[in-house]
Amino acid sequence: MTRTTGHLHLGVSLDGAGSHPAAWQEPDSDAGHLFDASRIVDLALIAERGTLDFVTLDDSFALQSPGTDRVRGRLDALLALARVAPLTNGIGLVPTVTTTHTEPFHISKNVATLDLVSAGRGGWRAQVSSTEVEATHFGRKPVATDSDLHAEAAEVIEVVRRLWDSWDDDAVIRDQATGRYIDRDRLHYVDFVGRFFKVRGPSITPRSPQAQPLVAIDADSDASIAVASSLADIAVIQALDAESARARRLELRRRAGDAGRDEDALFVLGTVDALFADGTASAAAQRARLDAIDTEPPARSTLDFVGTASDFAMLAEDWFRSGAVDGFIVRPARLPRDLLHLVDGVVPVLRERGVFRSFYGGNTLRDHFGLVRPANRFAAAR
Amino acid sequence: MSKPIKQIHLAAHFPGVNSTTVWSDPTSGSQTDFASFVHLARTAERGKFDFFFLAEGLRLREHRGQIFELDVVGRPDSLTVLAALAAVTEHLGLAATLNTTFNEPYELARQFASLDHLSRGRAAWNAVTSPDAFTGENFRRGGFLDPALRYQRAEEFIVVVRELWDSWDDDALVADAESGEFTRERAVRTFDHTGAQFAISGEFNVPRSPQGYPVQIQAGDSDEGRELAAAYSDVIFSRHSGLRDGQAFYTDVKGRLARYGRESDELKIIPAATAIVGDTETDARERFDHIRRQQVSPQGAIAFLEQVWGRDLSSYDPDGPLPAIDPDVDGGNSITRGRVRHEKDPLAVATKWREIAEAKNLSIRELIIEVTTRTAFVGTPGYVAETINEYVQNDAADGYILVPHLTPHGLDDFVDLVVPELQERGVFRTDYVGTTLREHLGLMRPRSARPEIDLATR
Repeated sequence: MTRTTGHLHLGVSLDGAGSHPAAWQEPDSDAGHLFDASRIVDLALIAERGTLDFVTLDDSFALQSPGTDRVRGRLDALLALARVAPLTNGIGLVPTVTTTHTEPFHISKNVATLDLVSAGRGGWRAQVSSTEVEATHFGRKPVATDSDLHAEAAEVIEVVRRLWDSWDDDAVIRDQATGRYIDRDRLHYVDFVGRFFKVRGPSITPRSPQAQPLVAIDADSDASIAVASSLADIAVIQALDAESARARRLELRRRAGDAGRDEDALFVLGTVDALFADGTASAAAQRARLDAIDTEPPARSTLDFVGTASDFAMLAEDWFRSGAVDGFIVRPARLPRDLLHLVDGVVPVLRERGVFRSFYGGNTLRDHFGLVRPANRFAAAR
Repeated sequence: MSKPIKQIHLAAHFPGVNSTTVWSDPTSGSQTDFASFVHLARTAERGKFDFFFLAEGLRLREHRGQIFELDVVGRPDSLTVLAALAAVTEHLGLAATLNTTFNEPYELARQFASLDHLSRGRAAWNAVTSPDAFTGENFRRGGFLDPALRYQRAEEFIVVVRELWDSWDDDALVADAESGEFTRERAVRTFDHTGAQFAISGEFNVPRSPQGYPVQIQAGDSDEGRELAAAYSDVIFSRHSGLRDGQAFYTDVKGRLARYGRESDELKIIPAATAIVGDTETDARERFDHIRRQQVSPQGAIAFLEQVWGRDLSSYDPDGPLPAIDPDVDGGNSITRGRVRHEKDPLAVATKWREIAEAKNLSIRELIIEVTTRTAFVGTPGYVAETINEYVQNDAADGYILVPHLTPHGLDDFVDLVVPELQERGVFRTDYVGTTLREHLGLMRPRSARPEIDLATR
């Protein structure tokens, strides 16, 4: 496959009040309504106005932060984006669903259903639950090693993909003569047997509009890089500069090739925390103000941009054209303000520079990435 | 003093995977497209129904060792569909079945609290138990649960999720930038539960939702199921849609409430029912008979028979007599997997069916239609309304959940023709008064865990 879209890709996180811990205290944060559907919908519509590839929401089985001065609480990410789906029309919806304390069978049908209710805009950011706190919420044994967590995640992703193929597209036949609603030969037992679990299948849910919703996997540790290179459509990296991003991207592509995959079918997106203002100095000042409120700034392992929209557009284009990344997942420091800057300030520049779409050419998330709808791996045998 | 007039509760079920849905009818729509769910939900909301309900799928049904092909098969995930329906409805309650065997309390509690937030207080959870190893083949722990313990697990599950929902005060969210307080001090507490089924502790990560707890539904008909409902549920589904059997169930279940310190109206009894309207009684009856023949196809009739007989009956003519041979008593338990079993004694059932078939001169297909037909409301709109009202006022039910045979248009007639009749009689709402499902059902909101700051008393 040669890349059919010659442009970069942008996802945006709609978590909480923004990525900066003090963002909820901004006057326009609407922090009293962080758990209201209408607020999340409004943010998604802003992102859609900017023809971004997708919105994403984080999810976890742990409560954030022990103090009373930071955002605490989060809604189930997949259900929140399902709520957004009918009121949006082009933007992809990629919730995080964790793999460690969940049932693969449930993940498979839930993401397929997100795809269904959004007419093909569903995706899944697969993450592990690595803390003891989360394990204790499920009464589990002590936390597994990083290696085991990712080996398990790989099995979960593999079996979910098989369950997505366990129905042929034309399994429903409604044949009056024989009284058969379905043709059982067009359904497939998955019979997955792994180290961590077994799943018989077929799925309870028919094949969804995209057949295989896009799967995003973090790729920052040895273990996760292995999983992402073999199983991800989108690899999410945290790189502090273009050099290390490029190196990681090349490594991921090479390993994808080693795994028998088309390198161009794996997209590498860098995460970036972004705070925008009209001038570099005022951006720095606004950031300093936030840092003064939140007295314990988090350790930053991800690219941290503070500056003007046009400067970020330049950086984004530079990283893209030099092969450092295929795009970014932007975490606005403050919602909605920095999302608005992204859509009204960054995107127009990128469009002008010819590296970002001006309209959605297709209807599905696969379309946005120029990825064809895959054939059913089981149906090939027919 | 005369009894006060009861207000009727109505709900709509989008049926999934059994022979209720007539897929062969030309007007039968997609069972999977979101648009089908939207149509039925919006129809129910137009009809001012209390709620819309989706069941649960965990494994495709098998019959004689193969995936069963004759009925509708395949459904989207219920909670995900409900979350999406929350975007296109305003007042309609949104209920889903989630089982207590192949789920964990922390995740389920998050999901329903989230749905309640996302719908502004319209979520309901129908708790069912699914212990069997057949279903377990799709899940991590396989068939881990001893069937004898399934109600123990269900009860403990409900207790635990309530502990989680109670761990956030109603007014925990402050979001006060001036004071720098996002959550109020001590308004988010740790939980710690150790029991036979679950040993979990920590902090819940979803704020208390608009209804406090989502509305609790159950559907058990057994003694254990009825007792569990009496202890914990707001709504109980049932199969008792007739007058006498409805009254018997109603009296029994309501009679169990006092033991738990609950009033009679704290648990709503809502049997499943079919309603078929026609211009005349004859017209309606003819429609009903036609639907029954559509629901029980020749091949379907044989399959029904095989469930009881426990053996291959494919050589039998559906228009011919019942088999002369007896059921294979051991075969019956394995011939159909993934379906709720109701027949306990195949020989007794076979004997009874033979008697009926002989007395009325029925073929296999006719016999199956006869014995699987449950009480239905069949007649003119006025008659249907009168009967529903009579049953509710005489305590055979507090309302009904209607299950159409056609999706998504199967409730159009009921909403257009029967609901106005009920409204005219003053026994059904002409518009929603409250915004939450608890309000529609006339249910109290559970108190905060810390009564001294209970919002209801402020």
